[in-house]
Amino acid sequence: MTAEFGQFALILAMTLSIAQAGLSFWGRARRNGVLTGLGEGAALGAFGAVLIGFAALIWAFVTSDFSVVNVAENSHTEKPLIYKIAGAWGSHEGSILLWCLALTAYGAALSLARGLPWGLKALAVAVQGSLGVLFIGYMVLASDPLLRLVSPPVEGRSLNPLLQDPALAAHPPFLYAGYVGLSVVFSLALAALIEGRVDAAWARWLRPWTLAAWGLLTIGITLGAFWAYYELGWGGWWFWDPVENASLMPWLAATALLHSAIVTEKRGALPAWTAFLAIFAFTLSMLGAFLVRSGVLTSVHAFAIDPARGLLLLAILGAASGAGFLLFALRGPKLKDAAAFAPISRESALIINNVILTAVTTAVLAGTLWPLVLEAFGRQGGVGAPYFNLVVGSLMAVAFVVLPVGPLLAWRRGDAIGALQRLAVAGCAGLLIAIAAYALDSPRRAVAAVGVGLGAWLIAGAFVEAAERLRLGKAPWRESLRRAGGLPRGGWGMNLAHIGLGVFVMGAAFETAWKSEDAAVLTTGAGMPLAAFHLTLDSVTDRPGPNYDAERGVIQVTDPAGRGVCTATPERRTYATGGQTTSQVAICPRGLDDIYIVLGERRVAPGGGSSWLVRAYWNPWARLIFLGPILMALGGALSLSDRRIRLAAGRRMPRSQIAPAAAE
Amino acid sequence: MTRARWLAALGAALCLAAAADPADRLANPAEEARARAIFQETRCLVCQGQSIDDSDADLASDLRKLIRDQVRAGRSDSAIRAFLVHRYGEFVLLRPPLSVETALLWGGPFAVAVFGLGLLLYRRRRPVETPGLTDDEERRIADLAEVPPI
Repeated sequence: MTAEFGQFALILAMTLSIAQAGLSFWGRARRNGVLTGLGEGAALGAFGAVLIGFAALIWAFVTSDFSVVNVAENSHTEKPLIYKIAGAWGSHEGSILLWCLALTAYGAALSLARGLPWGLKALAVAVQGSLGVLFIGYMVLASDPLLRLVSPPVEGRSLNPLLQDPALAAHPPFLYAGYVGLSVVFSLALAALIEGRVDAAWARWLRPWTLAAWGLLTIGITLGAFWAYYELGWGGWWFWDPVENASLMPWLAATALLHSAIVTEKRGALPAWTAFLAIFAFTLSMLGAFLVRSGVLTSVHAFAIDPARGLLLLAILGAASGAGFLLFALRGPKLKDAAAFAPISRESALIINNVILTAVTTAVLAGTLWPLVLEAFGRQGGVGAPYFNLVVGSLMAVAFVVLPVGPLLAWRRGDAIGALQRLAVAGCAGLLIAIAAYALDSPRRAVAAVGVGLGAWLIAGAFVEAAERLRLGKAPWRESLRRAGGLPRGGWGMNLAHIGLGVFVMGAAFETAWKSEDAAVLTTGAGMPLAAFHLTLDSVTDRPGPNYDAERGVIQVTDPAGRGVCTATPERRTYATGGQTTSQVAICPRGLDDIYIVLGERRVAPGGGSSWLVRAYWNPWARLIFLGPILMALGGALSLSDRRIRLAAGRRMPRSQIAPAAAE
Repeated sequence: MTRARWLAALGAALCLAAAADPADRLANPAEEARARAIFQETRCLVCQGQSIDDSDADLASDLRKLIRDQVRAGRSDSAIRAFLVHRYGEFVLLRPPLSVETALLWGGPFAVAVFGLGLLLYRRRRPVETPGLTDDEERRIADLAEVPPI
């Protein structure tokens, strides 16, 4: 019964979304507050209804109700509870439901937001409702997550064992909350274009939503990369796979938007560009959903099997972003860019940021869609990691050089020499560390040295900026302390995020250049070298798990002096359901570095006994790669908590409901 | 989770050995390193998006053997790449060479960057005079200044 109840709730949610869009538009047109109020109520109702549908799906998974197709295909009675729940968004239908849940949750938060002008808010709720109609409509008509089976099986097909992992259970909710958070930005942009008021105040209302979406997206992508790192057993963390690119593109656009919105808010400049980016960012979110969900890039066959759905998603993408860009084309040219500024100014620095992030987004988009372009001409082809590393890496390097200078320049007309003088310390630190890193190894690794130097430059630059604000060393320490208390959290958040970026760049460059890899076939008691360490396979024992059988290796890691570093216990798991095999990587952290060990297949040793293939990686500074984005997301959260951005003073609201501030 | 990641992950899980398998390695470490570098830029034609360095497919294994043999025979990297392209077409290369067709792909992002920066310099060539505030604006500021801060 719950499944039917859930289905009913989802149909109700679609109806309420239609009401939300219709009533809000109508109310705005008639200048009738009762109608727009009803529209807001409908938005809350739509969220409630989707929540009920979502709860029904979770319930079906928890109780292993195999009469629901989705559960039968993605769950199993022996699975641990957390993966039964996570299985709810492991399938196409379930993830679309999660998307709709996030969409309506943001719609509800938008209708609860205070301080927005009445007309803008009514239109934004209306646009958000229209998006709801499109996506909930798609779900109800073409992708029913609660569809029943005529003859239910006794046991389910289970979730892919690789996906049974805590990081991956949390990855989609964060990612979708980030993707869909950009829908509010999109709605606000369209509303402002319709109202004809794309100005500084609008940019200020835009920023908290952008920050929240950007932070959640950062966490979601990092969780995915971390999962790929320790679960896939490749020793890598980013593969430029189309799915990863699909999540990176909206992130890049959101990052650009975050910066251009500052220019629009503080100086009233670039309103058209900021509105364009707001529409573009959510378009990339939808494009990501389309690329991933249609399977058009990974396999032409997957697309051909179910062309209706892929085409339907493409139609939704075309309708939503097409309407957005059409509106922009009509209204954009009329927007006045009031503020003027000199070539050397904070405005220019932020525009350089935007130009480069746009170029990088272009590269990722072009590289990801290249196979489709070639296919249109009847050819096969594509690009891989070498293309992305080169193009994205070189463009970002330019951005990193400029980044620390930006915050030290004044608005309107900056003093480049002065800023550079103040940054001399940071520059020297970066240069010295780069030279040291270069000297450590051959010129072939010079690129990595540049990366490490740039990372150091970013971190040191952020510290210099903070020191400048506190007048550290130039004023009595008491004065500096007083200033530290008075600084807006937004400033601290910015510096924390930039430090996080520097940490990430250092880790990524160092790890990529100096990681080493080795593999050997070992019998118990035998050993292999890895970088400066020595690995000895002590024993391999059988160890049953909740829904799998494992072979667990015990490997002693010792350092050059012969001292024990750690005991690693990598596993090779075989799942009874489906018969898949996965590897449970053992990671020995040593400071910032990882010793990463994978137990491979069993082989027959020359003497007739058993031996195992052991692969091991030495990943120096790998921890920084994941620490950096966490710092960036924390920086975003810190900025969000800024009084200037927070909702009405003194009133705290849950993160999901953070709404633009009223004028202080 | 997506089919792409799913399949790639599945492939990865099944191919723990792939290129690093000690049984296949060349005796000379320098030659082995050269072979690995070529593997990383060669597409596994039957697996989506993977290089033959990562893939455990039979074809990838055959190609690795082929390339290792050629490296051992002393052929240059470019000669090996030319051989691969002759046999399988340009699709086999993960890093497409610069040509009229790929110029857009390689140059596009840089063109966007140069265009954007050019626009910035062109539009903002002259340092600008900021017009003063009008009387009305001065009055509004005075009004606002009287409101006590929150």
